Amino acid sequence: MSFSLKMALLGLSMAAMVGAAAAKDSIGFVYVSPVGDAGWTYQHDLARQQVERELGVETRFVESVSEGPDAERVIRDMAKRGDKVVFATSFGFMNYALKVSKSFPNTAFVHVTGYKMGKNMGLVNARFYEGRYLTGVIAGEMTDSDVLGYVAAFPIPEVLQGINAFTKGARSVNPDVEVRVIWVNSWHDPGKERAAALSLLEQDADIITHHTDSTAVVQAAEEKGKYAFGYHSDMSKYGPNAHLTAATHHWGEHYVKTVQAAQAGVWKPTNVWGGYPEGMVKLAPMNKAIPAPLQARIKAMEAQLRAGTLHPFSGPVVKQSGEVVIPAGETMDDGGLNAMNYYVQGVVSKLPKN
Amino acid sequence: MALFESILFATVVAGTPLAIVGLGQLIAEKSGVLNLGAEGMMATGAIAGFAIAYETQSVWLGMGAAMIAGAILAGLFAFVVLTLLGNQVATGLALSIFGVGLSAFAGKPYESKILPSPQVLEIPLLSDIPVVGPALFQHTWPVYFSWVLLGAMMWFLYRSRGGLILRAVGESPHSAHTVGFPVIRIRYLATLFGGAMAGMGGAFLSVFVTPLWAEGMVAGRGWIAIALVVFATWRPLRVVLGAYLFGGVLITQLFIQGSGMAIEIPAQILSALPYLVTIVVLVIISRNPNTVRLNAPVSLGRPYRPDA
Repeated sequence: MSFSLKMALLGLSMAAMVGAAAAKDSIGFVYVSPVGDAGWTYQHDLARQQVERELGVETRFVESVSEGPDAERVIRDMAKRGDKVVFATSFGFMNYALKVSKSFPNTAFVHVTGYKMGKNMGLVNARFYEGRYLTGVIAGEMTDSDVLGYVAAFPIPEVLQGINAFTKGARSVNPDVEVRVIWVNSWHDPGKERAAALSLLEQDADIITHHTDSTAVVQAAEEKGKYAFGYHSDMSKYGPNAHLTAATHHWGEHYVKTVQAAQAGVWKPTNVWGGYPEGMVKLAPMNKAIPAPLQARIKAMEAQLRAGTLHPFSGPVVKQSGEVVIPAGETMDDGGLNAMNYYVQGVVSKLPKN
Repeated sequence: MALFESILFATVVAGTPLAIVGLGQLIAEKSGVLNLGAEGMMATGAIAGFAIAYETQSVWLGMGAAMIAGAILAGLFAFVVLTLLGNQVATGLALSIFGVGLSAFAGKPYESKILPSPQVLEIPLLSDIPVVGPALFQHTWPVYFSWVLLGAMMWFLYRSRGGLILRAVGESPHSAHTVGFPVIRIRYLATLFGGAMAGMGGAFLSVFVTPLWAEGMVAGRGWIAIALVVFATWRPLRVVLGAYLFGGVLITQLFIQGSGMAIEIPAQILSALPYLVTIVVLVIISRNPNTVRLNAPVSLGRPYRPDA
C-alpha cells in the first residue's frame, strides 16, 4: 500500500519536475536477504544510505530476492525505471545482471563478488581476510587454552581465505595455537550454528568465530562466558561481553564513487577487489577486554594494512601437509587467493574434499 | 560437563523439536489426515512464540501463542481438506510455503531482537545422578513436556477409548461413521492438535534454543518430523527414538569435527549422516510388513464425505 503510494507520489513529483529542474537520479539496489539489523545485506544497505546522504540521489532497494529468475525480473525493472546505476549484491545475481546489462547499454551495473564483467557491468569484492587476520592476532594473544573454534558454511575459497588468515594471524603471535573448524553445510541454520559453537566451546575452544549468516555463534559464546568475533557487521549487541570485535564490510565509498562517475558520464566498468586501503574492510570497535597495548598494536597493524605494508598471505604460507605454497619473502597473488582450496598449518581439522 | 554428558545433553535439545512436532503429526495422521504443512506451521509458531515472548517477557504466553498460531494454520488446512474436500497433499504443500512466507513477513520487526536465556528447570534428585543427571534432567520445560506428551500419547492411543475411536476413524471412516462417531469433527481436532504441536516445536527453537528469530530458521525440521512419523510406522515411542537418533548423529558429527581430530570423511557426508542413520535404523526395526500394515492408518490422505 505504502509502496504504491510512494510510486504515485514519485510519479507526481517527476511530472512536476519535468518543466523545472532535472529530476533526481535514481539508483537501484538488489539484496539477497532481508536488511535486518546485522549481516551481509545490512552492510550493503548502510552503503545505500551513504549514497543517498552524500549525493542526494533517490535510492530504491528490493530485499530477499532469490538467486533465480526472479532476480532478472527485479534487475530489469530497475533498469527500465531508469535507474542510473543498479547494484546487484549477491554472487548468484551475476548471470542475470549480465544478461539485463546487455539490453540497457546506458545503465551502469555493478555486481558484488562475481567474476564476469560486461561492457557496462563492473565488479566489486572485498578482502575480508584482512580483517580476519587481525582477529586472529587478537585471538592468538588472548586465548588461554590455545584452541580456537571456527564455524563455517561451505568450503569455498572466500571462506577458506578467512579461516587461513585467521589461523596465520593467531600463529604469528602464538605458535602453539590450533584452529578447529566445523562445517555446518548451511549459510543459515541458527540452531545448527549454535550447536556447532557449543560443541567447540565444550571441547576447549575459548574464542570462536563464524562464517555463517546468523548471530547465534556470538550469542552462544556470551552465554558460556567465552569470547567471539562477529562477522559482516558489529554484533556486539548480541554479546556485549563476548564480542571482542568483528571483521566488518564497508561498501559505501565505492558505491558513492561509482554513482558520481555515472552521473558525470565518465563511468567505466572496473573490477575492484578492495580491502583496508580502500576502506572496504574494517574492525568494529574493540571490546574493553582486549588489553590496551594489544589494541594499540592492532591499530598499528591496521595502519600497515592501509599502507599496504602488511599482507596476511605473505610467505611462508605452508599447507597442513607441510608443502610450502609461498616461500618466505614472497606474497600470494590474487590468482593464488582465488584458487585457495587447502588449510594452512595450524588448522587441525581436515578439509572436506569437494 | 564431561564430553559424553555434553553430547547427550545437546542430543536431547536437538531431538526435542522433532519429537514434539512428530508426535503431533502422528495424532493427525492416525485420524487419517496427512498434513504436509509442518514446516510452515513450525515457522509460524517460531515467530508467534518469539514475538509474544518478547513483547510480554513471558515464555509461557509465547508458547501459548505459538500453539494457537500453529492451530490456526492447521484449522485453515482442515477447512480446505475436511470441509471442502481439497487434496491433502497439495493443500499441505501450499500451507508449508504459506507458513514460511507468513513467518518471514510477520518476523520483520523481530529480526535483531534477543530474548534472555531461558530458565533451566533442574529436576531434584534425578539431576544428581552422575552422567545421566546433568544430561537429561537439567533442561528447559518443553523437553520434559515432550516426555510427558509421549507417555500421554501411548496411553491415549493404546489404552483409552478416545484413542480407539481416533484409530478407528483413521482406519475406516465409513465404519466409524456408521457406528455414530463424528468423523469430521474428530479429524478437525486431531489436525488442530498436530498444528498446535508444530507451533510449539517451532517456538521451542526460537524461544528456548537459539534464542533468536531469523527468517528460515526452521531449516527443514518440519519435513524431517513428517518423515520420522512414516519411518517410525506411526508409533509414538519410535518417533521419539528416531528424533533422538537424528539429533544424536547430528550432534556427534559436530563434536567430532570440533574435536580437531583428523578425520578423512567429507563434511558433506557427515552432514548427510543423521538422515541416513535414522532412516536405516527405523527401517530395520520396522521391517516386519505385518506390523507396518497394522499401524499405518489405512485412510491416510483420503478425503471422506460422511453422506456419500
